[in-house]
Amino acid sequence: MADVTTPPKDVFRLSMLIYDTRYRSLTIQAIFMILLMAGAAWLVDNTIHNLHALGKDFNYSFLWSRAGYDINQHFIEYNNDDTHGRAMLVGLMNTLFIALISCALATVFGVVAGVLRLSNNWIVRKLMSIYIEAFRNIPLLIWILVIFAVMTEAMPAPSAFRGENPTSSMWFGAVAVTNRGVYFPEPLFSRSLGNIDLGIFYVSTDLIAILIVLAASIYAYRRLGRHAEKVQNATGVRPVTWWKSALILIAPVLVLLIALGFHLGYPALKGFNFQGGIQARNSLIALWLALSIYTGAFIAEIVRAGIQAISRGQSEAAFALGLRPSRTMNLVILPQALRVIIPPMISEYLNITKNTSLAIAVGYMDLRATLGGITLNQTGRELEAMLLMMGIYLAISLIISGVMNLYNRSVKLKER
Amino acid sequence: MADTEHEFVRSQMLPALAPPSSQVGAVRWMRENLFSGWANTALTLISAYVVIHFLWGMAPWWLHAVWNASSLPDCRKIIQTDFGPHAEGACFAVVHERWKQLLYGFYPDTEYWRPNLALILMLAAIAPILFSHLPRKLLAFSALYPFIGYWLIWGGTIWFPVSALLGFVIGGVVFKLLAEKSAVVAAGAGIVIAALWWMFGESWLEAALHAALPISLPSVESRDIGGFLLSIIIGVSGITLSLPLGVLLALGRQSNMFFIRSVSIGFIEFIRGVPLITLLFTASLLLNYFLPPGTNFDLILRVVIMVTLFAAAYMAEVIRGGLAALPRGQYEAADALGLDYWKAQRLIIMPQALKISIPGIVNTFIGLFKDTTLVVFIGLLDPIGFINAIRATSEWNGIYWELYIFVGALFFVFCYGMSQYSMYLERKLRTDHR
Amino acid sequence: MKTTVFLGIAASACLMAGAASAGTLDDVKQAGELKCGVTTGLAGFAAPDSNGVWQGFDVDYCRAVAAAVLGDPTKVKFVPTTGQTRFTALASGEVDMLARNTTWTFSRDVDLKFTFVGINYYDGQGFMVPKKLGVSSAKELDGATVCIQTGTTTELNLADYFKANNMKYEPVPIETNAEAQQQFLAGACDVYTTDRSGLAATRATFAKPDDYVVLPEVISKEPLGPLVRQGDDQWADVVRWVSNALVEGEDLGITSANIEELSKGTNNPEINRILGTDPGFGKMLGLDEQWAKRAIAANGNYGEIFAANLGESTPIGLSRGLNALWTQGGLQYSPPFR
Repeated sequence: MADVTTPPKDVFRLSMLIYDTRYRSLTIQAIFMILLMAGAAWLVDNTIHNLHALGKDFNYSFLWSRAGYDINQHFIEYNNDDTHGRAMLVGLMNTLFIALISCALATVFGVVAGVLRLSNNWIVRKLMSIYIEAFRNIPLLIWILVIFAVMTEAMPAPSAFRGENPTSSMWFGAVAVTNRGVYFPEPLFSRSLGNIDLGIFYVSTDLIAILIVLAASIYAYRRLGRHAEKVQNATGVRPVTWWKSALILIAPVLVLLIALGFHLGYPALKGFNFQGGIQARNSLIALWLALSIYTGAFIAEIVRAGIQAISRGQSEAAFALGLRPSRTMNLVILPQALRVIIPPMISEYLNITKNTSLAIAVGYMDLRATLGGITLNQTGRELEAMLLMMGIYLAISLIISGVMNLYNRSVKLKER
Repeated sequence: MADTEHEFVRSQMLPALAPPSSQVGAVRWMRENLFSGWANTALTLISAYVVIHFLWGMAPWWLHAVWNASSLPDCRKIIQTDFGPHAEGACFAVVHERWKQLLYGFYPDTEYWRPNLALILMLAAIAPILFSHLPRKLLAFSALYPFIGYWLIWGGTIWFPVSALLGFVIGGVVFKLLAEKSAVVAAGAGIVIAALWWMFGESWLEAALHAALPISLPSVESRDIGGFLLSIIIGVSGITLSLPLGVLLALGRQSNMFFIRSVSIGFIEFIRGVPLITLLFTASLLLNYFLPPGTNFDLILRVVIMVTLFAAAYMAEVIRGGLAALPRGQYEAADALGLDYWKAQRLIIMPQALKISIPGIVNTFIGLFKDTTLVVFIGLLDPIGFINAIRATSEWNGIYWELYIFVGALFFVFCYGMSQYSMYLERKLRTDHR
Repeated sequence: MKTTVFLGIAASACLMAGAASAGTLDDVKQAGELKCGVTTGLAGFAAPDSNGVWQGFDVDYCRAVAAAVLGDPTKVKFVPTTGQTRFTALASGEVDMLARNTTWTFSRDVDLKFTFVGINYYDGQGFMVPKKLGVSSAKELDGATVCIQTGTTTELNLADYFKANNMKYEPVPIETNAEAQQQFLAGACDVYTTDRSGLAATRATFAKPDDYVVLPEVISKEPLGPLVRQGDDQWADVVRWVSNALVEGEDLGITSANIEELSKGTNNPEINRILGTDPGFGKMLGLDEQWAKRAIAANGNYGEIFAANLGESTPIGLSRGLNALWTQGGLQYSPPFR
């Protein structure tokens, strides 16, 4: 019993903090944290001193004072009597909107260009290379300005629609394309259900009703499809369902629309401008096109790399099965390429979101133009406004990358 | 049997017949590449129509270009007298008049050789880093280049960069001396002593040497630097400075020390999550709040700092990609050899990881270089800033395509060259690894 | 490697700046250079010419101050600022004064802590429309699309004006004047609104200026003037009295042509006091006695500066209007040099 040797007592010496690998990392981290804290404290201290010296304070009360400026595109009610905070919200919604539609269109452009770049048609291939190289190698800001200028110059002014022999006319009598924007017919309801007031903004009850009915029809349609599959599995014959599904999808919404008194409000030239209808402003369209075409070029390269990463054997096997090139692409290549494509695509989407901050170049009133532009300028609260703006952009980016990463995980090849 | 008569036996090969005319040369190429099916034919025709239509529309504008005029109305007059009253044409005279500003900003004319030389030397300094077959000794020049480049562009006394360089030398010597005992202590001591040198010794030495041997170039202020030169300076210094920072961040992100890892991740995600323009606004609007009262240094320097932080986050991700691409065995081999962390990184991991990352680094650089145009929003006169300034003068008010085309073409040449180079590298590196 | 070079510069810049917080006048004298904030480009007010030399009305003010303080009108470092960065640049000491057609408003003076030293241009916001629109008054603009330069007081004035007159409008905010002009010419907006000086300058450069009219309404007061940081009264005095000297120079008939002659001594005591023939004023300002003489000699008196940059002989072609001397029905008036 007595010969059990107790392990040598581990005496802690100060030098072990540096030489002993067990403790060294702790030391390094502690020093690092102290330096970091000291740095942060230094910055905060400076800021307090500087603010004091300038006779300024740090508060966000300006968000509740009257903004006094107008914003042309607002998804929620807004006029110049509203607060800076609400103006910021309007800007934020504009930012999110442009980011969303640009991501969608950029994906379309990118996939088309990426696939066409591998086309066996020489002229198409070359054209796509020119497109991709031109947009990848020239700064986005120049493209935004150029596309804006092209659109302003190339589209007719509303005055061209006026007079006995107008030089321009509306498409199908319903859509007016001008250099102030594109005017579409708007949906109107003569027996509207009214709006629900949600505090910050209104929600149209008509829209909610339509969405609910639509969701219900889609659910029913799915049920029908599953039922047809079951029958097919059991009997080997798929029942004819196309007219049923068409009915299920269309009829309820149609009935609801008639019940609500749906009709279209057409834009018409009155006074200086087209009145009525929905206006997609030129700044919105120019920014949308510029962001989409620019990012499309990057996505095209990602798509091309993704397609080329799929081994030739896959397409040869598909051809051997007798699939046409288009079906080979849709059924064999793209689904596999998607897994290579998605991660870099996420960062392109993030880039679009961040690049929307260039909207000011065309006068699109996004977050940067409202909170980080006019509000900042009128109130002189640079510190507060910039910090808030950075925080918002950061939150948007983190949410997007979080959601996209979830999606990525769901389509990832399940290994082992 | 043997003497069966044959009518004719060919004793030599006939020359091959020429293939049918549809299978050779241009015709075959066109059949294969342009008209191989109805869909393809349609695509070809549509594309050809678009191209021809586009060129046809643009041609008069280009053909009527005017290169010598003093103002836009002047230009319009020349075009109208030369090509008829309704002719439209490009007025590249604005480029001819203002190209110096678009390229160099307000840099003094007589000193243009300096940025030019700095640019050429920069290419020479990059060469040994990118082309591995060049002699390794040239790397010393690359290390010296930042000081040479600084001196050439900003001018002033040569002893400033020299004594700044001396700080590195002193720090390095201290590190070497102490490295035997403990690398961490040595690194700390090296940094502290170098910092002390820059704070106290440097200006003294600079003054002393300048008094003894005044070698200097006329100094040029940052404010005078503009145009394309400004973009290049911001882009190049941003990317060079961000490289070491990016390496540290990438290592920090992979570190198993909790605090260091989380701070690295936090920093990288923060920078990648906000638009560059907000960081530039921080440089121009907020940095004054964060620094001690009364501090006020050059806006270009502030922009370079912010751009460096911005690029460092992207660089860290690129390098992390390079680290992830290394086979696990490399790390294990380094451990098996008994190398400590820094030695393993320096001798085994980083050389390989950086090599894999070079195309990514070049792409980051292209992106950053294009993003330098955003400095126009904080009032710096980069090429786009000059476009605005030129359009504001009464002579050139109302002109735009010509300036955008010129600046766009410059950016294109620069970035396209870089991207072609990065592709070449990618191909080269790929063969190395297979 | 480069890091430290920059850190070195940063450190030395910090040290230099750390020392510099005594008084702006001393700083300027010590630096031998006046840092003057101007616009990034506005015809007639400030823009670099093809030799890279800044030209314009605001620019000449900077030069006059430099001439008075440093004895050399060329010792000015022009710092281009945007509508957004201008106030920070001044507050942080990046520029010593701002001559950037900035409107004197209550909140800028009081809340943003600046001192406006005077008004060198009385402006007002106006509207420009194409003639063929057939509009003769701004009251007829209900429903119009209006191009505005963003980041200025213009947006607020516009909102107030249309609200007060119970009219609707569609704002098209534009970042720069050049961009706004292109939009307006292409018909993307019916109306272009900015300061009337800007409208006139813009209209002057159109291919067919006669097709456009500036409407008679002036919807706001835009007194433009140079400004400095609040709390440095000596420096504010210097800039204020340099700009007064320019106006008083015109009032007393001191021009760049006859200034040498007059400085030999006249029988008008006020001229003698300004030009330093009768010494005393320079010392009170902390300058030498020739300060005002140099300021006027640099680019001439107020009238000459106006005529050279904005006047009817320039492409901009503005008439003096409110900016005529008080003796000629305008508002330009200098307190007496006594």
